[in-house]
Amino acid sequence: MAGGSSSSSSSSSTGPSLVDSLFQRSLDDLIKSLRSQPVGAEPALLSRALAEIRREIRSPDPDTKAVALQKLTYLSSIHGLDASWAAFHALELLPSPSPLHKRLAYLAASLSFHPSTTDVLPLATHQLRKDLSPSSPPNFSSLALHLLSLSASPDLARHLAPDILPLLSPRASSTTTNTKNNNNNSSPLRPKAAVATLHALSLCPDVVPLLVKPLVDCLSSPDPRVVSAAVGAFAELVSATDPSPYLPLAPEFYRLLTDSRNNWVLIKLLKIFARLAPLEPRLAARLVDPLCDLIRRSSAQSLVLECVRTLFSGFPDHDRALRLAVDKVKEFLTNDDDPNLRYLGLRALTILGPRNSWGVVESRDSVIQSLADPDPNIRHEALRLIMGMVFDTNVVEISVMLVNYAMKSDPVFANEMLDAVLTTCGRNVYELIVDFDWYVSLLGEMARNPHCAKGEEIERQLVDIGLRVRDARPELVRVARDLLIDPALLGNPFLWRILSAAAWVSGEYVEFSTNWLELVEALLQPRTSLLPPLVRAVYIQAVFKVLAFCFSSYIDQLEASQVSSLGHSTTVGGSTIECNAASANCLSDDITGTESADGFATADKPASLLSLLEKKDPFFTRESLKRILYLIETAVGPLSENDDVEVQERARNVLGLIHMLQEIPAWKTEEEGFKKDKDNGVGKIMNLMQAMFSEEIGPVSVNAQKRVPVPEGLVLEENLSDLAMILTEGDIAPSMSISFTLRSHQHMETKDEAAPSVQSTYLLAEHRKRHGLYYLPAEKDETELNDFPRAYDPLLPVSHSDATEDLVKLTEQSLIPRKVKHTKPRPIVLKMDEGDGVLPSALTTVKESKDDMLSGAIHEVLLGNEGKPSSSQKGSSNKSSGRRMKGVSDNSESVPQSKENLDLGDRENRSSSSRRSQHRSHGKGRHRSSQNNEEKEEKSHRNSTRSGHHHERHEHRQRGETPLNAVPQAPAIQDLLL
Amino acid sequence: MIHFVILLSRQGKVRLTKWYSPYSQKERTKVIRELSGLILTRGPKLCNFVEWKGYKVVYRRYASLYFCMCIDADDNELEILEIIHHFVEILDRYFGSVCELDLIFNFHKAYYILDEILIAGEFQEPSKKTVARLIAAQDSLVETAQEQASSISNMIGQATK
Repeated sequence: MAGGSSSSSSSSSTGPSLVDSLFQRSLDDLIKSLRSQPVGAEPALLSRALAEIRREIRSPDPDTKAVALQKLTYLSSIHGLDASWAAFHALELLPSPSPLHKRLAYLAASLSFHPSTTDVLPLATHQLRKDLSPSSPPNFSSLALHLLSLSASPDLARHLAPDILPLLSPRASSTTTNTKNNNNNSSPLRPKAAVATLHALSLCPDVVPLLVKPLVDCLSSPDPRVVSAAVGAFAELVSATDPSPYLPLAPEFYRLLTDSRNNWVLIKLLKIFARLAPLEPRLAARLVDPLCDLIRRSSAQSLVLECVRTLFSGFPDHDRALRLAVDKVKEFLTNDDDPNLRYLGLRALTILGPRNSWGVVESRDSVIQSLADPDPNIRHEALRLIMGMVFDTNVVEISVMLVNYAMKSDPVFANEMLDAVLTTCGRNVYELIVDFDWYVSLLGEMARNPHCAKGEEIERQLVDIGLRVRDARPELVRVARDLLIDPALLGNPFLWRILSAAAWVSGEYVEFSTNWLELVEALLQPRTSLLPPLVRAVYIQAVFKVLAFCFSSYIDQLEASQVSSLGHSTTVGGSTIECNAASANCLSDDITGTESADGFATADKPASLLSLLEKKDPFFTRESLKRILYLIETAVGPLSENDDVEVQERARNVLGLIHMLQEIPAWKTEEEGFKKDKDNGVGKIMNLMQAMFSEEIGPVSVNAQKRVPVPEGLVLEENLSDLAMILTEGDIAPSMSISFTLRSHQHMETKDEAAPSVQSTYLLAEHRKRHGLYYLPAEKDETELNDFPRAYDPLLPVSHSDATEDLVKLTEQSLIPRKVKHTKPRPIVLKMDEGDGVLPSALTTVKESKDDMLSGAIHEVLLGNEGKPSSSQKGSSNKSSGRRMKGVSDNSESVPQSKENLDLGDRENRSSSSRRSQHRSHGKGRHRSSQNNEEKEEKSHRNSTRSGHHHERHEHRQRGETPLNAVPQAPAIQDLLL
Repeated sequence: MIHFVILLSRQGKVRLTKWYSPYSQKERTKVIRELSGLILTRGPKLCNFVEWKGYKVVYRRYASLYFCMCIDADDNELEILEIIHHFVEILDRYFGSVCELDLIFNFHKAYYILDEILIAGEFQEPSKKTVARLIAAQDSLVETAQEQASSISNMIGQATK
């Protein structure tokens, strides 16, 4: 391969080449042999053929070379072999006088040349120029244009732009001095030249001043093909870049729109107008009638479709026209024979967007029917459309409809629907959801779908709602219970994640459960052995929490009955009740030590909880506790030998607690034993456990860490080893939360079995203490950050009221320093938006900067065609050449020649200077121009009032010019417009 | 614009590929593999459009051949279907009821025809007659040149012997 191009001519002698040419396999032979061979032999055959071609292609005989190249072209385009190594050989054949060889060489080149990787591309410049020249046969020019429009690099485009120019100019097709023959032959080149021009323009904005004017002239050509090609080129330019510079051409496009009967052209024109209409409202007003006319009158569906799309995207205010278009779409949707129209109808409605959602609402029935379409693409589109129309008012209806529908649908689409519902409802931290009870039960329903494979997301949302939405917890626990007690669900691997969430929810919010025994039974049912270890571990941990809760509640209950004469709810002060209050409220006032401040809240909730407990009294008999204990012992016991560490450890935690309880003598005695022992017996242990679980876990903003201001004088980069030494001197006690620490210290001696769980929090505290800097500030005040290290700070305060308010409160908590600003409860979403926003915006700016070059240059030519702003003399010569070219075309044939020379001389200077000037104006123009030409701006650019930045750009480009030429032009355009 | 044109047989064999946007050979192979998986699996009587990486691929099946064209998201699918049909009609006219074998053995001619219809991914020639005339003119040019060349090479060959 390496030796292929350079050593070819020298290494190949005439001997082999003569043999080659005599015995060379033709393309037909190759194809036949490829077709006749057995399936597996193809690679071997291909590599043999390739070796053959490598040899033949070096032959000095053009015929042999051409055949070899043809074979290679075949292999590369059909069999995907790499042909880039042969680029040089293709180039060798390009100058061949034989049309056959030339054609083959151009074909090979156009199929294999890659603008950025083909390094021999510059070598083609001369040959292309020769073939483009008017003296060469039009066939050759046509081939050259093809290659140019496919594989040109920016450099090539820049160098050859002046050579495209004569082909683009109307000379050939309109001059009377030319012979008839010449006329006929060269006219097919003009449309091709127009397209090649488009390619050159988009590659290299430098050539805009040279080529855009002739391209504009093409629009008024009498030859429909030229017009078509030019319109196509502009459609492409308008859609690829900033459309505002093309606004001055609107009258011309409008004329074509009303005159042309060619559907191809009309579709392209509509595309252009779809982009231009939003820039200029008066343009839209002008266009509505012709568009409606087309919709009514045209028989071509493609044209009607394009009209509908244009109306939907560019004319959101013209109700009458929209009505017509929506009616047309309805026809599309109800067309049973043509799935294409149904699909496109749905897509068109998607464009309509929320602003004109009435269009979708009206065709609602057909849209929903499309959910059952045999074509998955149509179903998908219908779903997308429906999800685009979800508001908080209809979210319930739509979600229920989709979830029910998913039950009957095929697995793939069912999951697509579930996914759509989950994403839409979960968007922006459930911004659409008002009734969380409903949503939670909907999530439960989704899990019942036999095809449901969205376990992960449902799991996430169940837990997430549990954390964020306090008022949804009772319902959440109920849903979780329903899921847990159903033994059938355990067999479905897709649901394991959901079950894990359900188990966690039931454990974490156990106080809302109504039947603890049943819950424990569900969590320990035999079929849980089907679960993967990690989920099982969650189950066992949930059992642990339930156990702790039941015991402490039982004790509280006994105590309450003891002091019942005083009224249960006022017995705040006993540590157990307080602790229970904490658990009920899911907060930890006692930890912060500001009990009095939140006293009113704690007084409220415990009352309700205790009354709740009393109602459930029958469950808290000694028997029920015993039963629970027995259940746990029998079911969890074997797990203490489980292979999986997680399961084993958690099982041992639970068993350890039970053993510890049983070892306390009071256990054996009467019920009253609990009460008496409450100071140092079972009661204390259980309260300790309960206190541990009663700490509420709250959501934390993903970027909360970023919001923490670095305190004055804190050096984050420095090694922390010194700090760690200082800190370990202090005891752990002050660093831990008050209630928790005190108790754990008191119980140090007795809690040997329960140690693991306490241990973990202890370790956590320790860790936090050492590396507190990397933790979120527990208390959100900046001042409190200095009080670090504090482990186990409460994250959440009391709150009440409805779910949405709750959300606000909850998330505010993690953003406390800026309470006022962050009224919206969406820390995570905020972060996500920032994170998502960064990349695309960076990308688009990069893209825009290139577009700016192009559209800016075009703007310059179309609006102020008087040359360059900064390099006035170059500009003027350029302008004059452009003018002469136009004006002169009727006079004689010798002029284009001279003009070409002029251009060539000019080009070198211009290409560099114009680039420079563009950069410069980009850099500086914006600042300076703003004051300079205020009055000029007012006068000259009224036609483009819609786009602010467009103004700016235009303005600074015009900076160097005299106001004279800008002023008269713009109003002229405007007059045409209206 | 049209980014590429691919002709696939029902078995997934490539019959013609034309790329109007720069793709490396590796990307090309990948694109073909992905699209044949996407398109050949679709049953009859479904719509002719598939979405693919932010683009749209319009395909249409004629006998055992799938004609696929990839376009931008805002292009008109129905127009592309018409272009495909236009292309097929011209092929049909040129080869005389075209079949897959015609395209296999005359792949370069299929390219020449396609080049008259599309240039740089833009539709350019709505007249079937014009295309037929242009192709015929080129063919005759090539043939006469070939005849001349072969006679000259004969002469040279004889002379060198």
